[in-house]
Amino acid sequence: MNTEFELFPKAASTTAPPVDALYMFMVGLTVVMSLFVAVLVISLAIKYRRNNLGVNRTQLPTGIKTELILIGLTLPVLMFIFAWGAKVGFFLMRPPANARAITVVGKQWMWKLQHSNGRREIDALHVPINQPVKLTMISQDVIHSFFVPAFRTKADVIPGRYNHTWFEATKPGEYRLYCAEYCGTNHSRMIGKIIAMTPGDFANWLSGDTGDEAPEVTGAKLFEQLQCATCHKGGGEQSRGPALEDLYLKPVALADGSTVTADDAYLRESILRPAAKIVAGYQPLMPTFEGQIDEEGVLHLIAYIKSLGGAGQMPEETEPGQADPQAEANTAGENTSAIPSPEQNPRGEAEDNP
Amino acid sequence: MSAVLEPQPVPAEPVRRQRDYINAAYTVKSWLLTVDHKRIGLLYLAGVTVFFFIGGAAAVLFRLELMTPQADLVESETYNKLFTLHGIIMIFFFLVPAIPAVLGNFLLPIMIGARDMAFPKLNLMSWYLFMIGGLFTLYVTIVGGVDTGWTFYTPYSSTYSNTYVMATGVGVFITGFSSILTGVNFIVTTHKMRCPGMTWFRMPLFIWSHYATALIFVLGTPVLAIAVGLVAIERGFGIGIFDPRLGGDPILFQHLFWFYSHPAVYIMVLPAMGVQSELIAAFSKNRIFGYSFVAFSSLAIAVLSFLVWGHHMFVSGQSIYGGLIFSILSLLIAIPSGIKVFNWAFTLHRGTNSFYTPMLYAMGFLGLFTVGGLTGLFLAAVGIDVHVHDTYFIVAHFHYIMVGGTVMAYLGGIHYWWPKITGRMYHEGWGRFSAVLVFVGFNLTFLPQFILGYLGMPRRYHVYDAGFQVLNVMSSAGASILGIAYLFPFTYLLWSLKYGPKASENPWGAVGLEWTIPSPPPTHNFARTPVVTWEAYEYPRSNPDEVFE
Repeated sequence: MNTEFELFPKAASTTAPPVDALYMFMVGLTVVMSLFVAVLVISLAIKYRRNNLGVNRTQLPTGIKTELILIGLTLPVLMFIFAWGAKVGFFLMRPPANARAITVVGKQWMWKLQHSNGRREIDALHVPINQPVKLTMISQDVIHSFFVPAFRTKADVIPGRYNHTWFEATKPGEYRLYCAEYCGTNHSRMIGKIIAMTPGDFANWLSGDTGDEAPEVTGAKLFEQLQCATCHKGGGEQSRGPALEDLYLKPVALADGSTVTADDAYLRESILRPAAKIVAGYQPLMPTFEGQIDEEGVLHLIAYIKSLGGAGQMPEETEPGQADPQAEANTAGENTSAIPSPEQNPRGEAEDNP
Repeated sequence: MSAVLEPQPVPAEPVRRQRDYINAAYTVKSWLLTVDHKRIGLLYLAGVTVFFFIGGAAAVLFRLELMTPQADLVESETYNKLFTLHGIIMIFFFLVPAIPAVLGNFLLPIMIGARDMAFPKLNLMSWYLFMIGGLFTLYVTIVGGVDTGWTFYTPYSSTYSNTYVMATGVGVFITGFSSILTGVNFIVTTHKMRCPGMTWFRMPLFIWSHYATALIFVLGTPVLAIAVGLVAIERGFGIGIFDPRLGGDPILFQHLFWFYSHPAVYIMVLPAMGVQSELIAAFSKNRIFGYSFVAFSSLAIAVLSFLVWGHHMFVSGQSIYGGLIFSILSLLIAIPSGIKVFNWAFTLHRGTNSFYTPMLYAMGFLGLFTVGGLTGLFLAAVGIDVHVHDTYFIVAHFHYIMVGGTVMAYLGGIHYWWPKITGRMYHEGWGRFSAVLVFVGFNLTFLPQFILGYLGMPRRYHVYDAGFQVLNVMSSAGASILGIAYLFPFTYLLWSLKYGPKASENPWGAVGLEWTIPSPPPTHNFARTPVVTWEAYEYPRSNPDEVFE
């Protein structure tokens, strides 16, 4: 892990080759253009040096034509860079639908990660190769940034909102994880490692008995402990709070007439600052839980609400090993054998060659 | 300064012991209460020089620390305070004011044939605000220390850092008013004080670029003041603006901060471009090729600079479609920048080129600015920026623009106008040697950082992985060369004040109103208001047998 002298970083993900291709094009462009300017300046400077009396110094008229040619040559190159950069950008920023879900909580100065079956890690992340992994990330305190150079992956980990990134490792090995956004005294020590494993090894590792319970189980306990069920007991006309069953990713009508989708961000806000968006037909009675639940607790509660069903869910019927690649990554009852094989990966090789 | 004034017989020149702005009065009060734009320029020169060497000393310290991957010279907290001090001092108290407040103050009125700025007292007030803000910030950052980085990202700065954020913010806030007042002064002076015949398209390009800079000063700096003020309100009163625990939005700060701080990059580089135009014209004895395109490109850069701040936030969770708009606008800035670079190069064509010290700096600027500009395109392309964001690649890129561009042009300009400012010539041999040494030291410092950045070394890292050490040692070696190279001009320029040969009115044979008046100029610049009947950079052709057209 970055202990040897190198001039170019290892490439160990599907995102690395397209980024590197664009980078090498830009390096080539920079070298060619810099040399061109240097040769142009030095040769003109020397040819028309003061002591060289044998050159024609009749000044050329300043033509608008030269400038237009200059603009005309520059603009298409810029647009080409833009288009290529945008294509790679879309690839980097849009997680595939069948990605394995992992949650990340950053705090000064450590990374806390949890797999969807509940297995927890600190400053390390085990992932299978040849399977996309989607990270849902939030910070407990200041802004951090999740950066894996070997995967060419980076996204800020921000307090107060979920940010996402994804990658698909291609080679087993250990890769460095850095915090890239300055976060205080021990910023440079907020590092970790990504351990990419073959799917078989990973399945073994994941099923290892650690006693970590699934996030929705922790969430259910927390739900009970905070006595959420007093109001959210589900169904019933007389309920003081809206039902949470079959809610996840469904539209919710609000008191002000607008509609929101019950996604992670909405659920998080409604737990921490319930008064922000009041569901139509209910009173703003719920107390705020800001400062009472940490970010991991919120993620567990959301996992619990997810497990109660909703859009894009695959409730109990889903058989292990038959994960639907179109479905939203499911945290409930996920089985290690549900890892799709590389052949099931909907993204082909074409993406790698912009 | 009094050393300059000792009357010495000058046999070679006609004796013109006129009163000039330096020997007009000798008292301390006559300097501290002066309203002469030239003296105020020198006051700024003293200020920014002090700030430059203190900011540089911090850089030398942390480059020494980075010679090894472990922490050995300083603790992490000290390291973080050092890079913060370096950034804050260098940006707000050296790079932003250096060229406009020193050279701009001295030259802007003279170049347009005016006797002073439109608001001379306001000009003095700008200097006082600058020095109060600067010395206060310096005191705070050295004695107490602040560890947020010059970017003050929230909620770290507003809630978590237990260093002197508030006090630093106050210093930056005060200095912001200095920028605003200078900007107002430049704009009004350029509009209202031009001498007869000095039409907009006869103005030196130095004036055009300072005009564009002044617009950014006036439009951008208030937003920085607002951002810093809001951080102070949150920190001091716990009112939730940026910290999500208080109901704020941390990303809002980044929008406000970069809305000023990206244009600020152009505050730093546009005046340098103005200097560059003067140097290239004077040492090629040619009119700047594509004069009006170079002039308007400054305005185009000023306008576009306000529309690109989002390229600092591609990985902040900003919508990718928003990111794409910022990407395309950022790339478009390459057009006016490219126009400038190529027109400077074309100006050398059929010129009468000489290679005195200022010209060496100008040629260095061309090379380094080109590399800095092209590596900026990497960062505007979303696909690459995700990987290199917040790594040493960024550090290398902006140092190529700010040090390779702005500092090179500043030094070139100081050398070029030194005889006009002080009436003395410096030692040419030392000048050329130092210019080459700066160029070599600079590249050795920052080229390895591009490689480090793509390898993935994050910026602001006190300890780092062993694999990065070789490149870090190269960078530190370059930094020590660069540090020494900057001490040479400081020394021989001071030396020249007493021992340098007296400068004539126009030692470079340059055109421009500043070269038509004595060196150093009299307090009121022009004995008689000049009437301009010629174009900017109207150099006679040097081949005597050619017909001058």
